[in-house]
Amino acid sequence: MSSLSRDEVAHVAMLARIQLSDDELDKLAGQLDQIVGFVAQVNDIAAADVPPMSHPLPLTNVTRPDEVRPSLTQEQALAGAPASDIGRFEVPRILDED
Amino acid sequence: MADALARKDVSAVELTQAHLDRIATVDGDVHAFLHVDSEGALAAAADVDQRRAAGEQLHALAGVPIAVKDVVATQGLPTTAGSKILEGWVPPYDATLVSRLKAAGMPILGKTNMDEFAMGSSTEHSAYGPSRNPWDLERIPGGSGGGSAAAIAAFEAPLAIGTDTGGSIRQPASVTGTVGTKPTYGGVSRYGLIALASSLDQAGPCTRTVLDAALLHEVIGGHDPLDSTSIDAPVPPVVEAARRGEVKGMRIGVIKEISGEGFQEGVKSRFEESLDLLRDAGAEIVEVSCPSFEQGLAAYYLILPSEASSNLAKFDAMRYGLRVAPEGIQSPSAEQVMAATRDAGFGDEVKRRIILGTYALSSGYYDAYYGQAQKVRTLIARDFAAAFERADVLVTPTAPTTAFKLGEKLDDPMSMYLNDVATIPANLAGVPGMSLPNGLAEDGLPSGFQILAPATKDERLYEVGAALERMLLSQWGSPILTNAPELTGKEIAR
Repeated sequence: MSSLSRDEVAHVAMLARIQLSDDELDKLAGQLDQIVGFVAQVNDIAAADVPPMSHPLPLTNVTRPDEVRPSLTQEQALAGAPASDIGRFEVPRILDED
Repeated sequence: MADALARKDVSAVELTQAHLDRIATVDGDVHAFLHVDSEGALAAAADVDQRRAAGEQLHALAGVPIAVKDVVATQGLPTTAGSKILEGWVPPYDATLVSRLKAAGMPILGKTNMDEFAMGSSTEHSAYGPSRNPWDLERIPGGSGGGSAAAIAAFEAPLAIGTDTGGSIRQPASVTGTVGTKPTYGGVSRYGLIALASSLDQAGPCTRTVLDAALLHEVIGGHDPLDSTSIDAPVPPVVEAARRGEVKGMRIGVIKEISGEGFQEGVKSRFEESLDLLRDAGAEIVEVSCPSFEQGLAAYYLILPSEASSNLAKFDAMRYGLRVAPEGIQSPSAEQVMAATRDAGFGDEVKRRIILGTYALSSGYYDAYYGQAQKVRTLIARDFAAAFERADVLVTPTAPTTAFKLGEKLDDPMSMYLNDVATIPANLAGVPGMSLPNGLAEDGLPSGFQILAPATKDERLYEVGAALERMLLSQWGSPILTNAPELTGKEIAR
């Protein structure tokens, strides 16, 4: 379980939407395999009866009153966008060409 | 400085200008800053001077300039989190802590360098080049907040803001001879911080003295309705505790598992000497055991990448930041643009952690990795609870070694990760921690003393920290930073 192949790294990178070059893949695969080997020691603890802790604070869902509050203007919200047009984010095509 | 301003011995403009001059002289060598806002800082300082002249009642720190880590959103000032993917991004809003600094009348000198998205322990993972340690320019200033700590140690700023996800305020403080505090999780609002790992991140003060840290802690701390994880309670009485600085009758627990084994010789010796001082001052030193801390590092390097892979999914080349078209593809899809952008915009460490996090959260591995790591977290919280039954505070050396050389661990991520062994448990359990300088190791470089307190009992850090600082200072005769070599501003070989 605690080993990670080059193909698996390529697959996970694809899932994370990171396109890697062959060189990057070679380098990362070796390092990640070593890191995964190290972090796998969390399996050494016998913790069947231990509840997982997701957060340091006991959280309950907080809802705010449904009131109109000041927010960013459309211009401010679009200011950092790589491309925008007629008050909207302009994005590359999201459907296949055919 | 605050007193001199109140007495009108110096004006806020003069004080701010002096720091801007210092930055101009030495930052070419130290590279603590990614962006300096001379105009904005001087305008804010002039406003304070005007209000003071008009007899207005001002905050104690009004006119004292400050540097802010580049992971904190500042309206109108570039904020990159040390990453190419955010190069040139200018936030349209202020983080809550920045609004509070501005409300207190503190001029913002600029944004400090950091490991990309706060991933690293040396600031070498910044996309804009590393910061350097003012004690030795060939060495790292720690990370990820190396820029903030270096700015303090190089006298470029009297105060700075850092963020601490696994030790990124405390470890840089340790290797630069400065003071760094990670408040209780939820003690300072995270609204406006570019999230790395949301259940671990905490902003806090980087300073030269314990009292300075307390004063800054008080300014930025407290409930914020914009952050649902912010603690809805008054800021602990940290300034009062820092002024008092008393350890008589206090029980101080030494954590057996991180009390010096495998640590550098000089770091160990300084730690032992600090314990002797505390004992002499009337504290009772007890040994406590926290067996689960041994798995803490492994759990952390599963939880952090998992949360980071989710938080960094927003860098998709659509709404802000960089957009890169993939080579050789006519009319690329959004998905292809996203993948090419994320390859070009993220550095090696960020890619490594996103991929690790995506793997740990993927179907078939979730229970074995992420689920187990969350259980280790429970065990660590239980260890802390048991230890705090026996001791009022816990102490360890902050980092296993003094500052290592630039490049020394860059291609060995595991060795870099091991540097965080003593600081990480506090983030996993959400308890507050402080590092203060406790001397120079055999290599002439600073070592750090870490104090940990139960959640929401931040004042105990200041109580013990101030007492130890006072004893060390009377032993040394002058602040530790006076031992650092003078920075001449002469360009060094790169």
